[in-house]
Amino acid sequence: MAAAERYLNMSARDLRLELEEVYADYAGCLDEDRFEDWPAFFTDDCIYKIIPRENFDRGLPLATWRSEGRGGLLDRVVGIRKTMMYAPRYMRRMITGIRILGWQDGELSVRANYLALETLNDETTKVFNAGQYQDKLVVVGEHLRFREKLCIFDTLLIPNTLIFPL
Amino acid sequence: MGDKPAFPDYVWPEGGLSRVPYWAYSDPEIYKREQERIFCGKSWAYVALEAEIPNAGDYKRTFIGDKPVVVTRDEAGGINVFENRCAHRGVQFCQKHLGNTPEFMCPYHQWTYNLKGDLIGVPFRRGVKQQGGMPADFDTKDHGLRKLKVVARNGAIFASFSDDVEPFEAYLGTSMLALYDRVFNGRQIEVLGYSRQLIPANWKLMFENIKDPYHASLLHVFLVSFGLFRADSPSKVQMDPTGRHGALVSWKGEQAKTEALADMKSFNADFKLNDTTMLQPHREFPEFTVVMTTLWPNIIIQQQSNTLAMRQLITRGPGEFELAWTFFGYADDDAEMKQRRLRQANLMGPAGFVSADDSEVMKYSQQGIGPSPDAEGVMEMGGREWQDEPHMVTECAIRSFYDYYRKVMEL
Repeated sequence: MAAAERYLNMSARDLRLELEEVYADYAGCLDEDRFEDWPAFFTDDCIYKIIPRENFDRGLPLATWRSEGRGGLLDRVVGIRKTMMYAPRYMRRMITGIRILGWQDGELSVRANYLALETLNDETTKVFNAGQYQDKLVVVGEHLRFREKLCIFDTLLIPNTLIFPL
Repeated sequence: MGDKPAFPDYVWPEGGLSRVPYWAYSDPEIYKREQERIFCGKSWAYVALEAEIPNAGDYKRTFIGDKPVVVTRDEAGGINVFENRCAHRGVQFCQKHLGNTPEFMCPYHQWTYNLKGDLIGVPFRRGVKQQGGMPADFDTKDHGLRKLKVVARNGAIFASFSDDVEPFEAYLGTSMLALYDRVFNGRQIEVLGYSRQLIPANWKLMFENIKDPYHASLLHVFLVSFGLFRADSPSKVQMDPTGRHGALVSWKGEQAKTEALADMKSFNADFKLNDTTMLQPHREFPEFTVVMTTLWPNIIIQQQSNTLAMRQLITRGPGEFELAWTFFGYADDDAEMKQRRLRQANLMGPAGFVSADDSEVMKYSQQGIGPSPDAEGVMEMGGREWQDEPHMVTECAIRSFYDYYRKVMEL
């Protein structure tokens, strides 16, 4: 509880620094191919969705990727590592423009831009997906964790496949 | 067009139905002929769901082959499909995926069309200060947008560039019509959302993929591991009498370790899901759990347990196509069913646990096929001819597709 208090009373500047670190660690985890560590950024009861902006804007519920709970995230990791077939690739995530919308009922609402760059064999690096995170974080133990992460993307026409998390 | 000598070098390989020449996937002349004869020929192309344009003035922008078209709902409730190409200078005037408008105005010179595609306004038609203007005999009736034939059946809309295409029901044939009516059964459709992907492969590879049950239990580790489909599942492959349409149908059978599993290297009984909600189908349709219907020339109707989707093929040249997914349910679905459809949708689309494999492998195909137009593919699984089969160990629906394709293309 003490940690929650600490975050709630934190100055805007300190909170921003905390979030900068959360997002940098998040991007690093994914960019460095440490998918097994990815679910730890979330709460047990999290919801993670990657949604085309056209669906989001029209209030259509379909997500291109929908993971429910940390178990759902782990299943995606099993998919990436064991069951799905895809060409080798690197993905790099740029997270910028973090905006803190504020606390409500113990949840911190944050928005940020992201850009995912994809590099495939025989191809130059391209912008794979551009979008906005609409996140809700809560304090778990000593850390901020995502309870909800929506990746709402502008790139409606996905270049072939979306395999790795954003 | 239409004369064999235009394609002197394009000789279909020996072996007929059991071979496909690789030039068919990459040649620009073949692609051009496909546009003329297949997409603009005597076919009914899928364009929209009625639920996307429920009200007067609603429109959807889409494509048939390469050609941009607009689907509208007019004031009288009628459905219209016309080319998205201004009759004046060819501008693609409609740019939004979906919208509502009382009329369409081309931004370039403000030629204006009503919801049926008739030209209703031409600025400066009488000139300005007695100067210029259109010739006295210019008649707006002669300059409407190119209109297509339209048919709607139980919620889905199809259009044709051909005036003498056969009636839709006859076009589908009895067996395909019955499968179509299973999903489009008169219940009000509700759109759940879209996914779009650009697949760097020839459009025919997508049809082949859905007409090919041979790969399902081999490529898709996910399907096999979690018992959704196996080569020993009870199943069948059906075609219409022309061979152009096809359907893979399967239903739930006993899942046990059998001999067939020995050949499926992808089977791993150890994989377990933490979140099994996406694998909890609810029996919804009679008899079959999965029906994947491919309708010539541009649509796959997917009923995979409780996920329903239209997968529309939009060609973008010989080596690329857009796959536009429209996921849907029924307006009277309860909250649980809606949730189920959204969860199971995780298996499908550009990030689908199952269908991402297909998109990737289609790219691999094009990468292998493209540089070798003189080589050919082999399709002898289940024989060298085609007929309906009560099993999935066959490529008969691909053979039937090319049987019809060759007739239309005169190849």
